[in-house]
Amino acid sequence: MKLKLDKKEIVPFLQSLINDYDLYAPVQPAEGVSVYKKIDRPEEVDLTMLNPQKPMKEVFFPQSEVMFRYEKTGKQSQITSAEEVKRERVIFGAKPCDIQAVLLIDQVFSGKEYTDVYYVNKRKATTIIGMGCDHPLSTCFCSSMEGGPFSREGSDLFLIDLGEAYLVELLTGKGTAFQNNKFLKEANTKEINSAKEIEEKASKKTDDSLSVVGIEKRLDQMAENPFWEQVQEKCIGCRVCTYLCPTCHCFDIVDEGLKDSGQRVRNWDSCLSSIYSQETSGHNPRPTGRERTRQRLMHKFNYFPKNFDRIACVGCGRCILYCPVNFDIRQAIKDIQKG
Amino acid sequence: MKNQKALQDQLREKAKELLSKKAVDLIIGLGEGTLPLRTTPIFIRNPEEADRLIWNSFCANNLAAYLHKFNRFKVGLVVKGCDARSVNALSLEKRFQANSVFLIGVPCQRMVDRKKVKKAVKGEILRADEQEDQIIVEGDDFKVSLKRDDFLYPSCQVCTHRTPIQANVMVGDPVEESSLSEAYTEAGDFEKKSSEERWNYFERESGRCIRCYACREACPMCYCIECFVDSSKPKWIEKGLSPSDLQFYHIVRAYHQTGRCTGCGACERACPMEIRLTYLTQKLNQEVEERFGFEAGVDRETPPPLSTFETDDKQEFIK
Repeated sequence: MKLKLDKKEIVPFLQSLINDYDLYAPVQPAEGVSVYKKIDRPEEVDLTMLNPQKPMKEVFFPQSEVMFRYEKTGKQSQITSAEEVKRERVIFGAKPCDIQAVLLIDQVFSGKEYTDVYYVNKRKATTIIGMGCDHPLSTCFCSSMEGGPFSREGSDLFLIDLGEAYLVELLTGKGTAFQNNKFLKEANTKEINSAKEIEEKASKKTDDSLSVVGIEKRLDQMAENPFWEQVQEKCIGCRVCTYLCPTCHCFDIVDEGLKDSGQRVRNWDSCLSSIYSQETSGHNPRPTGRERTRQRLMHKFNYFPKNFDRIACVGCGRCILYCPVNFDIRQAIKDIQKG
Repeated sequence: MKNQKALQDQLREKAKELLSKKAVDLIIGLGEGTLPLRTTPIFIRNPEEADRLIWNSFCANNLAAYLHKFNRFKVGLVVKGCDARSVNALSLEKRFQANSVFLIGVPCQRMVDRKKVKKAVKGEILRADEQEDQIIVEGDDFKVSLKRDDFLYPSCQVCTHRTPIQANVMVGDPVEESSLSEAYTEAGDFEKKSSEERWNYFERESGRCIRCYACREACPMCYCIECFVDSSKPKWIEKGLSPSDLQFYHIVRAYHQTGRCTGCGACERACPMEIRLTYLTQKLNQEVEERFGFEAGVDRETPPPLSTFETDDKQEFIK
């Protein structure tokens, strides 16, 4: 059964989510800038930007996250873990590329070898309300990366914007929990058909011509290729592409300590930073942009598929849109594929 | 703009000549970008590649930032007014050997702020072009003509040194120097606010920083081998997103630019979160100009005031 959510009821619907869950959704802290944030009031939610600058991974893997706090009183010391998630969470309005990306990093944080409680606890406690991407940008290439603007994979509920209302699909157990939500009404045939049209139109718009077939094998042969020197020339070594990437998941753990108390914190890290690989001795095995850019692309298109059988790029286009020097990963992929 | 096309032709000719004569190892300039309203830095080594060079209203990057990365080469650098000021400021700070940089100066018509243009239209811009004083942007279901001068970068509006100084060779004629708005406008406007408004503004802008350091990396004047934010011994600052750490980063970055910032706006252009804090460096530069009569990047001989001392220095600012 397909349901619908009338946009006139979006505020009370979001309010009901806030009452029952910790709600996360895009907000705009400045014109043209969007991020996911915990929502206090329904009016804060702003879906006018296609995709927030900072991806949805942040809800599970915050840029800066306290792991535990410690305190010393006299001869006693106490450690308090911050791993527990006290309240169920809902993410509203996530786009398929970001959701696809979370499925990828799930494999790292809750894979066969390791379980990262900080990530997994949040992930388990979260219901994802995905939303079809009806106006993909020219920089979007999700359809080339095993995804699509209306890919449902990973969504518990899926919304399609019909103008006056959203068509709502309940896709998983977590989604079915919304079956009796008083704001969701039965959708009629016309609405269902209209959603289909919107989906077809958007799916035609995203670029599905960028081939990554065999890229992992090609890269196996390219470690010392002059390509790396050339492709990185314009890179200024900032962290925009990695921090805004929905699949990048490197972090750095630091202790923020005062005399008798402190906290252990993990922060996002970036392979394009000069100190990312620097060792305590001062030696840096990735001393220049060549090794750092190679690491970025190798991780996405060679190491990750070796470990998890899937390319670590979902084609969201953020690294293209926000790069200060217009480094375009699509061009890099094409160049690698040309050999 | 017709004039720009002519400048572009001359620029290509000059680049060809320099590369053919092997006067430089490579030329760093701007070429066609993969997005509308953009160009991208290019690095050319053969005369045949010179035709990839582009000159238009979207040549926003300050290419002087690349001098550090290419310091082992003799670089031919395509510079507009602000890039040349950065090179000059770097030269005063002895950042490169004399004669290792060859400046190909292009008088600047002021650059168009792509973020401003994007906000002026609904829908995605798929194509952008210039005709006379208009920027024409097109999307799937719109085509709009915008007056170029309404969409300039804030730093370009106040610029009074559009003709590159100390260029080894100039392409085109010098332009008349005048600013479209008063110098230090942003700092002035900021000072008019109440202390509460000023704090709120600073808190809001710095508060959305993601510490990607694009501002630092895009800035030609940020060249410390180890930036204070990266130092772990001593640790001056934590690496997270607490408001105090974000504020500390932006204040120290601005202070480190005192009398050194050439006002090119590269920091702001690089910021993915559209943080606007250039009033800080502008205010510091204004102080330096008023107290020492020094303008970063323009003064060719005097060492930067905060990098030197005189025995008869006025000390009143310490009081």
